[in-house]
Amino acid sequence: MAKANGSGRPSRLFRNLNAKIAAIPMILTAMVVFVGFSLWTVVYSFTKSGLLPRRDFIGLTQYERLWSNAKWLISIQNLVIFGACMLIFSFVIGFVLACLLDQKVRFEGVFRTVLLYPFALSFVVTGVVWQWILNPDFGFQSIVRATGWESFTFDPLNNGKIVMLGVVIAALWQGTGFVMVLLLAGLRGVDDEIWKATRIDGVPAWKTYLFVVVPMLRPVFITALVIVTAGIVKVYDLVVAQTNGGPGISSEVPAKYVYDQMFLNQNLGQGFAASTMMLVTVAIIIIPWAYLEFGGRKRG
Amino acid sequence: MSKKFFFAATAAIFALGAAQAKEVEVTHWWTSGGEAAAVAEFAKAFDATGNKWVDGAIAGSGSTARPVMVSRITGGDPMGATQFNHGQQAQELVEAGLMRSLENVASEDGWRDIVHPSSILESCEIDGEIYCVPVNIHSQLWLWLSNDAFEKAGIEVPTDWNAFVESAPALREAGIQPLVIGQQPWQASLVLQNVAAAIAGPEIYARVFNEKDVEAVNGPEMEKAFAALETARELASGSNVQEWNQATTMVINGEAGGQVMGDWAQGEFAVAEKVAGEDYTCLPGLGLADIVSTGGDAFYFPAVDDPEMTAAQEELARVMISPEAQVAFNLKKGSMPVRGDVDLETANDCMRKGLDILANGTVVDGMDQVLSADAGNQLADLMIQFFNQPEMSVDDVKEGLISILEYDS
Repeated sequence: MAKANGSGRPSRLFRNLNAKIAAIPMILTAMVVFVGFSLWTVVYSFTKSGLLPRRDFIGLTQYERLWSNAKWLISIQNLVIFGACMLIFSFVIGFVLACLLDQKVRFEGVFRTVLLYPFALSFVVTGVVWQWILNPDFGFQSIVRATGWESFTFDPLNNGKIVMLGVVIAALWQGTGFVMVLLLAGLRGVDDEIWKATRIDGVPAWKTYLFVVVPMLRPVFITALVIVTAGIVKVYDLVVAQTNGGPGISSEVPAKYVYDQMFLNQNLGQGFAASTMMLVTVAIIIIPWAYLEFGGRKRG
Repeated sequence: MSKKFFFAATAAIFALGAAQAKEVEVTHWWTSGGEAAAVAEFAKAFDATGNKWVDGAIAGSGSTARPVMVSRITGGDPMGATQFNHGQQAQELVEAGLMRSLENVASEDGWRDIVHPSSILESCEIDGEIYCVPVNIHSQLWLWLSNDAFEKAGIEVPTDWNAFVESAPALREAGIQPLVIGQQPWQASLVLQNVAAAIAGPEIYARVFNEKDVEAVNGPEMEKAFAALETARELASGSNVQEWNQATTMVINGEAGGQVMGDWAQGEFAVAEKVAGEDYTCLPGLGLADIVSTGGDAFYFPAVDDPEMTAAQEELARVMISPEAQVAFNLKKGSMPVRGDVDLETANDCMRKGLDILANGTVVDGMDQVLSADAGNQLADLMIQFFNQPEMSVDDVKEGLISILEYDS
């Protein structure tokens, strides 16, 4: 790739000098914003900072309080429920939809647009829309009851035990189309020869999808996985718009906990401790994966 | 030459204009109908002084607005004046020197003599200097009852908490929710505040929340209050609304027997054209004791270098506490004035009761005044947990309360 030919061999450092100079601002941004500020946050999570940061170190007190706090524990639990449901259902439904669209159906463009459209809406809009749809007095439940099924009850947003279900439904409605489009793009990249070959061998289509095409789509799956997972970890606006953590505190999520602690409770230290825990959790997942994915072999 | 003169002239005109009408941006979270009408009274009074009130209303409740205000002040883009609930919300901003002292105005105009009850001004005082203007008092210690609901159940409207508890089975039988509590956490902590003040008594209330005295939490008086809390949970079981005003609407429509809520609930009754005493009944201190609490709103003034702005801020502070503005504002807002020397002639029955208690009865500090935002929100989370989980015991509440108080003291 690099034009390393020509008279004399410039030292490694000066190779592609222009590109390196151009990258300096981004490198600085990354170092200062992502590394520097993260470290700052970790350091201040050991302080008793209130509304303003204060260098009043109190050891692990913030973390002890964090892990004995019911709201945080509920947040973590909700994130696990939300994450698992999102990953499983958005991929299963997304993949099935992509396969269906891949059958060269008529009006494919229309279906694709309709299914992807929710993704163009922000989480706030999604949350508000689904808040109304799931409102027992005006939405889904009242419509079903109006058809004559009087005892029908589906009010997840008013029932703390199943409230996360309501949130997951809204998130799936918004995000599944995106997974579908990514996978569809991947499917379109699969060589026709493969299809011909499997057809000659008499392999049923579903088997081809599952055992031949899916492994080939690995890079696309990973891209979609990274994007969906990042969305899961930082889910905040959807919950704020849809339930605001309610009923009670039963649909709290970690990102909301961090915000609430920092800005409502005026307790920066506690918010920093919670965000550090989020960072650690993500790191625990990402680092081994990145090591397996990129560590072993060198590219180029 | 002429150009220079022209420039100087324009500059002079602009400077003059600025001196005459200083624009002061005031941020607040009063956006509902009655609230906006109330704040317009302040704006009118301030504009009459020759300055200009620039309204910086932030929609949403205080919890949405406060972070915006705080980040504007800490971020170096201060407004002219801003609302907070008096107490500890702005304390760190004051300690960091971001807010200006109003001590000169306060001592000149004798605020310490005119503000009643004095605790409301003490909440503005940090290290002996006054940093805010209290503008109103909202008591949070009220039980609102629906006369309709009790009529439907065929019983008399109770006159205190104990009678209310006894009437609960009859209400249930008539298909009426005895007590309604919305799912917002702070509503649950209002119930604790009410039982602590009315059942454990004001002295114990002060020992627990003002002094953060753990012994008092474990004492026999609080035991009674906790028992009442458990009763309240039974009465409230089955209530399934989120917002406080939805809960109030249930009381208005006679679908619920009663609600524990601050005096801002009155606004909802007024909008529904209900008459105190006929359609609904208000009991201060759960009907057991003549007490009011003194939560409320206050205005703080960020420190600025501009002397004209400083002067305008002082002007605004004087306007807000002036008798005329106090009367006009509080009548619209449905709250009580911060000075004892004004009369709200057109106040309705419930507000009269509140004003009488304020003048003669017992006054306790509101939660915002004595607890940090952190402790207050944690307590609210604890209480909503308690109300939503029948298996949670009062001992858990006691333990939780103690650890919150210990962290806060």
